[in-house]
Amino acid sequence: MAITPPSQRIWWHKPIDRIEALWVGIALVWCLVLFFWMPYWHLFGKQNLSNESYKTSPAAFEAKVQAMVEKHKVRTETSGDIPVVAPPPGSDVYMLGRTWEWYPILELKKGQSYRLHLSSVDWQHGFSIQPVNINLQILPGYETVVTLTPTQTGEFGVVCNEYCGVGHHTMLGKIYVKE
Amino acid sequence: MADTLFRQCPRSGLFFHRTGESLMKAHAVFAVVFFLIGGIFGLLVMLTRMPSVHLLDAETFYMALSIHGTDILIFWIIFFEVAVLYFASSTLLRVRPAAPALGWLGFILMVVGSIMTTLTFLRGNSSVMFTSYVPMPAEPTFYLGLILFAVGALVGCFLFLATLVIAKREKTYDGSIPLVTFGALTACIIAILSILFGAVILIPTFLWSVGLIPEVDPLVYRTIWWGLGHSSQQINVSAQVAIWYAIAAIVFGATPMSEKVSRTAFLLYILFLQLASAHHLLVDPGIGSSWKVFNTSYAMYLAVLASMVHGLTVPGSIEVAQRRKGYTNGLFEWLRKAPWDNPVFSGMFLSLIIFGFLGGITGVIMGTEQINLIIHNTIFVPGHFHATVAVGTTLAFMAITYFLIPVLFQRELILPKLAKWQPYLFAGGMTMLVIFMLGAGTLGVPRRHWDVSFSDALMQYQYAGTAITMLGMAGLGGILAAVGGGAYVLIAVGSLVFGRRLDQNATLLASFGVPLKPGSYTLVRPERLGMTPAEAEGAVSHAAPGTFTLALVFLATFVVYFFINAKYLSSLWHMS
Repeated sequence: MAITPPSQRIWWHKPIDRIEALWVGIALVWCLVLFFWMPYWHLFGKQNLSNESYKTSPAAFEAKVQAMVEKHKVRTETSGDIPVVAPPPGSDVYMLGRTWEWYPILELKKGQSYRLHLSSVDWQHGFSIQPVNINLQILPGYETVVTLTPTQTGEFGVVCNEYCGVGHHTMLGKIYVKE
Repeated sequence: MADTLFRQCPRSGLFFHRTGESLMKAHAVFAVVFFLIGGIFGLLVMLTRMPSVHLLDAETFYMALSIHGTDILIFWIIFFEVAVLYFASSTLLRVRPAAPALGWLGFILMVVGSIMTTLTFLRGNSSVMFTSYVPMPAEPTFYLGLILFAVGALVGCFLFLATLVIAKREKTYDGSIPLVTFGALTACIIAILSILFGAVILIPTFLWSVGLIPEVDPLVYRTIWWGLGHSSQQINVSAQVAIWYAIAAIVFGATPMSEKVSRTAFLLYILFLQLASAHHLLVDPGIGSSWKVFNTSYAMYLAVLASMVHGLTVPGSIEVAQRRKGYTNGLFEWLRKAPWDNPVFSGMFLSLIIFGFLGGITGVIMGTEQINLIIHNTIFVPGHFHATVAVGTTLAFMAITYFLIPVLFQRELILPKLAKWQPYLFAGGMTMLVIFMLGAGTLGVPRRHWDVSFSDALMQYQYAGTAITMLGMAGLGGILAAVGGGAYVLIAVGSLVFGRRLDQNATLLASFGVPLKPGSYTLVRPERLGMTPAEAEGAVSHAAPGTFTLALVFLATFVVYFFINAKYLSSLWHMS
């Protein structure tokens, strides 16, 4: 029994039951499939992270965001006058997380690629494009770079899905994707 | 003299050392206390996330969530696990526990630490969640409480190892240690490693919170903290698997199909489960893909392999034992004729099935590097770990409690009818909660979020109606689970207080200095623990075709669900 010592002193030599051995084999094959699926997706899948990221500081990142906003602002929205920015395709685009908003609003073109830079100036935040459901962890002091190519048009919400204080549930942002 | 005071439980034949038994009881009782506290806050959390109820205000909600996470994931489980360590060493090996005075010191540290951290939460300025990600600060006593608790648990771990040494030296058993003790040893080793990770990050964070260190890097924090946070969940896996084996032996007299396979599987846990910190960092900046792929897969999923092996060998050993008793018709007579009205068995079996089908499969899928993009920080994540920890671990602990109340606490169970239904109530409610959390998470609903209708936000976003409905359904499941959890506390505490005393000769009273009555604790060392009788392993074949069929169903579910998620991933915007 499992609560008493094994019946054979040298239990290592006891042969393994056929069914048990078969299951270990099947399970091992499936584990290898799961493992090799990841490098496979890096080679052939279209949804991979770039591994490109930099150390940054809140001030440095804010400056880059502000420079982009000033250059490419097309209008403002909401009672908070949040700028909407339409940067040219292929360019570096910035979005900043802070308590409690994603800043600024972006306007992108479908099928075009953008180098999206993300960081936080205070706590950790969760960058979550909805309803597409792309989720990234955003850390203060780190700048994440993702080359993003929207494949749908419409208005998308950016939810914060990492707890960031008592106003966490009011933290939203927006991305427009146009033809 | 206290060294050799044992009593033999007449109903199980197990030997309990006087001090070892008191230590077990003390840890188990505190475990249940924290289960109650954490459970109540869990119910409040659920009632707030149900859109139709939305009970608490935001500030209280985040506080309640912090308490629920910490008190359940750390305090309930680790208190219980230390009790399991004493049981698996002192009781199963018929040996005195090493340095019981230190054992009490460890216990007191755990009590002080857990109370300190919980009270700090209740003051309201430290709602930083179980994970306490920097740079969001908590009060210093929050970290200090955790550190004290961890030191206490570490003492318990080393005493477990010392007790094994004593048993070996005093030759209290023949051959190798029992498989259950081996599983507990696995849990103990993983616990020591986890606590060391915890020390490496929580001590600097504590020093930062009192102003002695200027900053703690958020990525360094996450990487090392999850060495504690995730690995501590792997203690649970090892402990709960050990309990599954123990219950199979206790209820059925089942013998492991192969000691070699089961022990190797435990060894794989020690070797590879530690890499799981990566599961939480798959969409973090600053870490490369090759590191992520290797670590998130526990080095090619060798720890997953181990769990799949236990998933076969535990029910397989039950099937073999049942078939030997003559339940040989068809594939599943052995399972149909199992004692489904015995909560020790039903709790254990539900724990195993739901842990595997819901917890295991979802865990591997969301731990796949790229698939994590559609799951990270959604309510899918707590959906997964309620299947593993709330059903897998907690229900296994509940099941063994029903065995321990008469055997360890020497009390008759009160409300046996309720006890019969309790595992079904709890598992049923939790399963409903889990499935709807997984569903809502797939639709992008965030975890740790007070209001997904964003009612007082500047911008707006509207989740699909289905997602909101699912949150409501999850809440109903949560309420049902809370009733099941409440029933457990009622039965456990009620039995300790009101249950008829069993085996009168060995009462609690006698263990505290009152002269011993004949037949209770004796000065005679228990006889050596012999090896499993050979006939228990038997000439009968080890065939377990029913279990193998179940395993194939499991594999098919796994494969299908994996590729559904891969397909979902492929529909996302392109990223490179």
